[in-house]
Amino acid sequence: MKNNNFKEIRKKDLSLFQLTYIPAILKGMKITIANIFRPKFTIQYPEEKFTPPDSFRGRPILVVENGIERCVACGLCSRVCPALAIEVQANETEHIKERYPEKFEINMLRCIFCGFCEEVCPEEAIIMSKDYLLTFTNTEDAIYPKEKLLVPVEKVKSRLEFLRKFR
Amino acid sequence: MLEIILKILFIIVINLSIVAYLVLVERKVCALIQNRYGPNRVGPQGLLQPVADIVKLFFKEDIVPNDANKFVHSLAPIISIIVAFSTFAVIPFGDTINIFGTEIKLLIADVNVGVLYLLALASIGVYGITLSGWASNNKYSLLGGLRSSAQMISYELSMGLSIVGVIMVAGSFQLDAIVQKQGGLILGFIPTWNIFLQPIGFVTFLVSAFAETNRLPFDLPEAEPELIGGYHTEYTGMKFGLFFLAEYSNMITASALIVTLYFGGWQIPFLPADTFSPFVFALLKMFAFALKVLLTLLFFIIIRWTLPRFRYDQLMNIGWKVMFPAAIVNIIIVGGLILLGIL
Repeated sequence: MKNNNFKEIRKKDLSLFQLTYIPAILKGMKITIANIFRPKFTIQYPEEKFTPPDSFRGRPILVVENGIERCVACGLCSRVCPALAIEVQANETEHIKERYPEKFEINMLRCIFCGFCEEVCPEEAIIMSKDYLLTFTNTEDAIYPKEKLLVPVEKVKSRLEFLRKFR
Repeated sequence: MLEIILKILFIIVINLSIVAYLVLVERKVCALIQNRYGPNRVGPQGLLQPVADIVKLFFKEDIVPNDANKFVHSLAPIISIIVAFSTFAVIPFGDTINIFGTEIKLLIADVNVGVLYLLALASIGVYGITLSGWASNNKYSLLGGLRSSAQMISYELSMGLSIVGVIMVAGSFQLDAIVQKQGGLILGFIPTWNIFLQPIGFVTFLVSAFAETNRLPFDLPEAEPELIGGYHTEYTGMKFGLFFLAEYSNMITASALIVTLYFGGWQIPFLPADTFSPFVFALLKMFAFALKVLLTLLFFIIIRWTLPRFRYDQLMNIGWKVMFPAAIVNIIIVGGLILLGIL
């Protein structure tokens, strides 16, 4: 198949002036000098931070609605987790949903941010947040207990909308 | 005697500080061209980056490879740096200046064979690179050194021949006389800078100067992707630092030479001499020289981030089949013009 997008130029087609490289060099310098005044791509990290789009998979969190977590402790996320990072222990409660996680731990050293837990969750209770700044200085800090995972539903609205639209 | 020592100190201090900041400017310009910010963490806007770099170089371990020739391995960077600094001795960086009643000529050594001295030292500079490549006992370093010597030999010729045109016009080997000659105006609006008198010679000299300083597009001796650094692969710490210093110092000398030979040195065109007092005027001329050199350096840097590296056979082709005949054509044209009495 012939590509018509570019014209083939042979050395014998060039004029003497073009053979001196000078016009090509000036053209190149025009491009580089124009680039000096273009806006920069760099994000100056500690001062300004990257705001991820809704499709971003940051650390998994548990959604809290009306003061209680949505999670019914079915254990599907724990089952599907390829890295075995999630541990759930169920207990009974007085609420309508009847079950709640007594213990919900995510080992952030194991988590691979695949988002399977979010996909499998029937209650939209565990979702991926935009939080990507995770640092721990020892192994104990890396295991996030339930209190650390709870996030009110108002803060993750955009992600929930994204999930409903595209999942 | 004191006067000369002071001038040497002045030149070395200025040269070293320009080299230090040239590295920063190079990185900054490179970053800007690639739509980045460049170093901006050390000091305000990264202005103290050179200090950090130099401190780092001094604290690095000095490694000499086991099978290297230890004496030559240490000698090579010394040759490079000595040559790089001593070339500046004959370049006039300003007109005669009158300080406290003493007339001071603003160049260190007013040698009457200044141009020959420069060419000779430029050839010695190759030894630093070639010896470092040989002494490292590393095939890549050796290849870098060999390439460097072959490249220098081919480009020295066209460089020398393009200078011949300048010498014919000036009638002297003295760089000061060459600068003096470029003070006038042709037709009342073009300065008699050699770039306007012999553009072909200027282009050949410029290209040869790029090749002599091992700058892109002619940086084959240190081509990173092919030769993992070339002649300075086996150097660490301040020995590597010396090569780095020599490279950038050579860049300054080459720019100063281009300015002296083709851009009228410290001459300021269109400015009548009686506008300012003689002292201020002499200072202005010094600044004019510095400004011209800095602009040439910027040109060097922008070219580096614009052009890709030449292949080795292309380099030789251009050197022998294009630059060499072009320089001779330039000599013939200049000679004809002189015969006709135009120059």
